[in-house]
Amino acid sequence: MEKNMILCGVGGQGILSISYVICNAALANGWNFKQAEVHGMAQRGGAVQSHLRIADKPIASDLIPEGRADLILSVEPLEVFRYIGFLKPDGIIITSTVPYVSIDNYPDAEFMQANLQRLPHKILIDAKEIAQSIGSPKVQNIVILGAAAHSLGFVPENFDTALEELFGRKGEDILRMNKQAVRKGYELGLAGGTPG
Amino acid sequence: MQQLLLLGNEAVGMGALHAGLSAVFGYPGTPSTEVFEFVEKLAPKYGVRAVWSANEKVAFEEALGMSHAGKRSMVTMKHVGLNVAADPFMNSAMTGVNGGLVVAVADDPGMHSSQNEQDSRYYADFARLPCFEPSSQQEAYDMMRSIFEVSETMDVPVMLRLVTRLSHSRANITPNTDILDQNPLNPSNDWKKWVLLPPNARIRNRLLIEKQRDLVNLSERSPYNSLDLKEGAKLGIISTGIATNYVMENVADLEQPVNLLKISQYPIPEHLIKEIVRASDELLVVEEGYPFVESKMLGIFGIPGKTVRGKLSGDIPATGEMNCDFVRKALGLAPFSKLNFDPGVLPGRPPMLCKGCPHADAFKALKKAAESIPGTKMFSDIGCYTLGVLPPYLCGETCVDMGASVSMAYGSASAGVYPVVAIIGDSTFIHSGMTPLIGAAKHDADITVMIMDNSFVAMTGAQETMTTGQPLIDLIERLGVDRSHIVPFNPLPRHHNENVNLIRRELEHHGTSVLIPQRVCVKAAKR
Repeated sequence: MEKNMILCGVGGQGILSISYVICNAALANGWNFKQAEVHGMAQRGGAVQSHLRIADKPIASDLIPEGRADLILSVEPLEVFRYIGFLKPDGIIITSTVPYVSIDNYPDAEFMQANLQRLPHKILIDAKEIAQSIGSPKVQNIVILGAAAHSLGFVPENFDTALEELFGRKGEDILRMNKQAVRKGYELGLAGGTPG
Repeated sequence: MQQLLLLGNEAVGMGALHAGLSAVFGYPGTPSTEVFEFVEKLAPKYGVRAVWSANEKVAFEEALGMSHAGKRSMVTMKHVGLNVAADPFMNSAMTGVNGGLVVAVADDPGMHSSQNEQDSRYYADFARLPCFEPSSQQEAYDMMRSIFEVSETMDVPVMLRLVTRLSHSRANITPNTDILDQNPLNPSNDWKKWVLLPPNARIRNRLLIEKQRDLVNLSERSPYNSLDLKEGAKLGIISTGIATNYVMENVADLEQPVNLLKISQYPIPEHLIKEIVRASDELLVVEEGYPFVESKMLGIFGIPGKTVRGKLSGDIPATGEMNCDFVRKALGLAPFSKLNFDPGVLPGRPPMLCKGCPHADAFKALKKAAESIPGTKMFSDIGCYTLGVLPPYLCGETCVDMGASVSMAYGSASAGVYPVVAIIGDSTFIHSGMTPLIGAAKHDADITVMIMDNSFVAMTGAQETMTTGQPLIDLIERLGVDRSHIVPFNPLPRHHNENVNLIRRELEHHGTSVLIPQRVCVKAAKR
């Protein structure tokens, strides 16, 4: 078992929370992991990514070689395309379709739509809509996390302990919504994305 | 024992705590900050001291004082911080230590969050000190015990060289089952060793030189250095620190056997290098950072009869961060096939000031005020506010090193430039901006210094600053600035017009002025 994934989005969107949950789930399964993250200046609203590798054998490099990622997991649709060169020919893209427009020259909807539709193996999710239906726009990243669970060999329960660590102190409601976000994401992941 | 999930930096902190650490000192700086913060978080549990210092030089000297008292101590900084601490670093090699002293320095190859990618191994070499360079989080943890031992048995400070990719990468590590006790308080009475007057210093220098052979011998036998010679191998790969991982990621795909030498402890293990050179026709040297080992091996004359490839030969890029793909190419392996997809031209998404950041409002007012006086030159500094040099603010045309805004502004004004503005954060000011301001104020230099007082070291994750608010104003007055030209203001959009006026007034004043926009960092305020 070896899974390599690029997690990406914009600084502040909760990439590190997603990776923290996956790492903990891997650890609980007795697997190894390495996860390279971005700190410092780049975190200030810039493009951020994290290389995450989990395996049942030792892992050498913290960085994934080009063409070796099984998965790109993104909280933002534009960011997917920056890292596309890391993906295996049959790699999967799981992304939110909700743009984070923090720059003046953000591509128009047509460009984004055309690129997203051209992707061969994809799970597209309107994470904002799902998060709102759960009751918190803040859980968009966790919806995407849930959608990736199946591809990584996990079920929602694998993530519960880490979610409790991350969100338990923020109150029962917030923890419940995050757990719900994982489960809703998981269902959508199995179904191949948001309908329509 | 249960596995831990730790960043490379956290593994260093945990390793130090488990190796009998008594104190950590440091100044925040990406990618080093989390070493200190991890120890700080666990300080009460382990009975360890952890308080940030005013700058790296101060932190180093505090750590040296702790060592003088017989305790194990660690000082943390980013690579350019070692430039600031270079004076005590070089001279502590002469004094030696009492309790073990680790100098944890995090380099930033690729310049993710830094102004250069200097390689700290040269500093260790320059000071004739040993250096450890872990290849993994586990090794970083394990090394801490060895480093303190080497420091105490060899009577030298020891450098731990980290790089961004290890510092900021998380992995599962297995901790030791035993935790070492702290050293008892045992201040050194050997004053001749610590008083570097020339007669003593000459003796200390001779001792340091005599230690070099022993330090090399330690490297030759180090469990962190390993030589693996294979029957029939023609190629030998020498790798250092984390670069070893990029080699290991690829070697399984090579059809021919290869000789491997991993180096994670310096001085360079000369015998091991000679062995792999002897056993190979061709050598590839893979290092994260400068071609340190490669240059030392080749010297001026090279190695007759052998081909040595690496950064100097151009087989590996001379700048930027190392990765699997560069090594793969240098090994002549075909790249992995990847998804064939061209998304077209993508817009960049550079970092920017946070929504509601007080710096943004201060810059808007400064820009407006400066528009009325043609030829304004602005010198910026190191911090979040460096982002003010970008549109739409365009406040600042230089960013060189901590505190340089004030000294460069003074130099520029001395040349006759007017008006001249220095932009510096409250923490950077305490770090290295106060000293140039003393000189500028003494001569009433025609400069306007804007100290962005947001009460935090914001860029590195909002550590508390030493001095903010009224105490900062008092301090500036004591440095010699005329009280009537120390002008605090609140950078809020609704005060924009009055702020523009007061900034303009100080720009027009021919003498030293200090403007202080005062508003708490939004990131810190939210916590």
